[in-house]
Amino acid sequence: MVMRVVFVVVSLFTLVMAFMVVSHPTLFSSALYLVATFLGVAGLYVLLEADFLAVVQVMIYVGAVSILIIFAIMLSRGMMGKRTSSHNRQAKWVALASLLLAILLLYFITVLMRWPAVQAGPVPAGAIQMLGQDLVGRYVVPFEVASVLLLVALVGAIVLAREREI
Amino acid sequence: MIPLSWYLIVAALLFVIGFYGALSRRNAIAILMSIELMLNAVNINFLAFWRYLTPEDMAGQVFAIIAITVAAAEAAVGLALVIAIYRSRDTVSVDEVDLLKG
Amino acid sequence: MSESVRSILWLIPLLPFLAFVAIVLFTNQNKKVSAGVEIGAMSLSWLISWLAVIIAIWNPHQIVEHPLILSFPWFPAGQTVYQGGMIIDIPSAAMLIMVPSLITLISIYSIGYMEGDPRYSRFFAYMALFATGMLGLVIADNLLMFFIFWEIMGLCSYLLIGFWFEKKSAYQAGLKAFLTTRIGDVILMAGMVMLYAYSGSLTFREIFSAANLEHLASLQLAVPIAGSVPVAVVLAVLIFWGAIGKSAQFPLHVWLPDAMEGPTPVSALIHAATMVSAGVFLVLRTFPLFYVVAEGNNGAMHFVAFIGTFTALFAASIAVAQFDIKRVLAYSTISQLGYMFAALGIGAYYAAIFHLLMHSFFKALLFLASGSVIHGLEHAHHHLEHEGHHEELWLPFDPNDMRFMGGLLRKMPVTAWTFIAGGLSLSGFPLLFSGFWSKDAILGSAWSTEHLVVFWTLATAAFFTAFYTTRQICMSFCGKPRTAMAAHANESPGTMTTPLVLIAIAAVAGGWFGIPKSFPAIGRLVNDPFHHFIAPYMMFLHLEAAPEPFYVGPLLVSFSVVLGGIFFGWLIYGWRPMKAGDPDPLEQPLGPLWTILNHKYWLDELYSATVIAFAIWLAKALALFDKVVIDGIVNGVGYLARVVARWLHSFFDGVIIEGIVNGVATISNWFGQWMRQIQTGQVQNYLFAILLTLVILLGADLFII
Repeated sequence: MVMRVVFVVVSLFTLVMAFMVVSHPTLFSSALYLVATFLGVAGLYVLLEADFLAVVQVMIYVGAVSILIIFAIMLSRGMMGKRTSSHNRQAKWVALASLLLAILLLYFITVLMRWPAVQAGPVPAGAIQMLGQDLVGRYVVPFEVASVLLLVALVGAIVLAREREI
Repeated sequence: MIPLSWYLIVAALLFVIGFYGALSRRNAIAILMSIELMLNAVNINFLAFWRYLTPEDMAGQVFAIIAITVAAAEAAVGLALVIAIYRSRDTVSVDEVDLLKG
Repeated sequence: MSESVRSILWLIPLLPFLAFVAIVLFTNQNKKVSAGVEIGAMSLSWLISWLAVIIAIWNPHQIVEHPLILSFPWFPAGQTVYQGGMIIDIPSAAMLIMVPSLITLISIYSIGYMEGDPRYSRFFAYMALFATGMLGLVIADNLLMFFIFWEIMGLCSYLLIGFWFEKKSAYQAGLKAFLTTRIGDVILMAGMVMLYAYSGSLTFREIFSAANLEHLASLQLAVPIAGSVPVAVVLAVLIFWGAIGKSAQFPLHVWLPDAMEGPTPVSALIHAATMVSAGVFLVLRTFPLFYVVAEGNNGAMHFVAFIGTFTALFAASIAVAQFDIKRVLAYSTISQLGYMFAALGIGAYYAAIFHLLMHSFFKALLFLASGSVIHGLEHAHHHLEHEGHHEELWLPFDPNDMRFMGGLLRKMPVTAWTFIAGGLSLSGFPLLFSGFWSKDAILGSAWSTEHLVVFWTLATAAFFTAFYTTRQICMSFCGKPRTAMAAHANESPGTMTTPLVLIAIAAVAGGWFGIPKSFPAIGRLVNDPFHHFIAPYMMFLHLEAAPEPFYVGPLLVSFSVVLGGIFFGWLIYGWRPMKAGDPDPLEQPLGPLWTILNHKYWLDELYSATVIAFAIWLAKALALFDKVVIDGIVNGVGYLARVVARWLHSFFDGVIIEGIVNGVATISNWFGQWMRQIQTGQVQNYLFAILLTLVILLGADLFII
């Protein structure tokens, strides 16, 4: 019961923060709300007993990605100042459609879908070791592909963002 | 114990919020942020299913990690693109970027 | 031996055909090679034919029982396959004695005769094609093939009669021959179709199987006027009409005299020796059909006998009053063919076939000799023209007219003597010449079967024959030359005289093979080999095959009419030869009769006034109908179509179709203009579309489906 309350609190926090991210007219504030959202998600990971992922979430999203975004905001600062609106003209319609989509999804998840009434079993003791072994064992190919992707993204980002000297 | 569907509901709402942001925001960086929200929603699902269905098998976590990796790469490239567009067109507003116009 | 000959039978007609193709396609530029190709092919064909003939003569009984048949599936006919084939039996072997030999010799003769003709190669090509037709016809084992080759001959006859088509009379004669024989051929074809319908086959052996003949004889057919008649008789009469056309019997004889417009070798080969006898051969081939119904009510045999006998006398009488050397021979041919049909009509199968062969030889000889005369006169004419003796030329010049000849015996001795030999054969000069024996066989048969009308008519015709032959010989060769041409004529070259001599020998001596055994004194000498050759086949056909006993009556009649004819002929024309410009000595005493004969009983004029006039009137009427009604309809349809088309063009095409086309384009354009607004170029708009789609599809998935 306590867990449920904690869950609801964390979830609501996350969702509200997320909503603030997309609705707040000031970009910088959005970025800060985004950090809060990431933290909320990390809390959910903790509730799911995925400790390693929670840490990764905090380090990569809250640390790296957020800093990257704020950095980008800084670089392009001032360009949005003159704008009257932070949202485009179709925002209202998108909101309506999104609401519909949300209702449909909720309806699907809660009413239509019969989820197996499973009780989450205990997480094995050496879960993190298993994860490490799987990453370099069974899933070594996706792992290597992901690393190559990162490398390519790294090079690509530098090439794209570099000042043209010519 | 928290039911599985609750996590799914949260993930779905987070995804829809991210979708709304991606479609409604003017600023390219804001769109990127919305996309990050959607990716997080996906990760919540990965982990929820892992936790409730196959806690012994680490596949869910592995894919969550890979998704995070991809998200990081996406963020890096996306922001680089934003900066590149900003340099060449002096704007980060996507509704002014309409080279696809028919 | 016989097996290997059997297997190459198809070469007999094929070789000349190959020669025809070769000349037409390859060698027509080179006259000598063309002639060589034709004569070479004919010689080979002759060789194969004679191998077959020798086999047949060697053992006639064997060949009757087991003829050499080369059969092949020809084409599918309904549920069966029509069998084509070639056969060597007694009739075809008998024909092969004569046909290839004459074609080869006449081809050699043509080398000289056609010298200098611009269409020399073409002539030999036609000759080769004709040889294909004749040889194929002789060895065909079924009526359809027979008919096809028959028509090939008809075509060649047309082409060769009109060979000098620059002359109006020549091409008209060709047309006349073609159209006249067509009448007979159509009736023949009707008979053929009917025969196939009744017996399901056209192969001679199958048609003439005893069962089928019995069937045809017993079946009755209602014929207008004649009433109920056995089918066999109807068929026989229909088939005989083909023979009437081809063999120029009354009333379809009119084409043959005109056919003399063709080159003389053609007259000799086609219109004396081979093609015209093909009609007789047709009756010989299909004789069982004629013979199967009992004598008493067999209209077919009576018809054949009547036509033959009448034509024999009728044509002979016309020949008496003709001046064209070839026309005399043409009427003589008609008359002699009449003899053969008369013989067939009274059932004298042997006599008919014997006379057919003998006649072919001596008539070919006569024509070739007359050709040699004409050739000599033409050359003399050209010669004189060159020398500038215009005043000596008697215009209009006609080298065929016997009145312009005379005294050629001394100028062209070989030609003259061979002509005389042929003439005596034709007249039937007793004992020595072939014509006597074959004619005697016919007269003897008529006497012994008590067809006295036939006998006396033929005897009269024989008198005329002897008379006009003597007249012809005397007018051409005796006395003094009546024109400068005749005076300057020279003997023809060796290529012409050699065949003449060879054929003359055959024409005189050929008859000796058929001297009846019962004839006093010389009958035993030669033992009648020809009868031995034919008799087995006659027994096969259930005909009376025993040799005729000897009758003094017909022999005496024959002697007297022939010698009488020759005597009167000599008395009138030889005793006091005609002078230049003299009228015919008979013209005065005969008076109007002469005019009738000279104008050939006005039959041509009669035909022109009736049949041809009617045909032309019908054609004109139909042309008028065509012009007014058919053209009116056609033009009306055309006019209507134009009106409709104009309306369609202006209204339908201009308004509706163009409207639709332009409308489609306008709508597409308008729609495109409208649709391109959707393409804002803003990714978020596109994504919104995706969102909407997602919502709609998901909603549909969840709630509707």
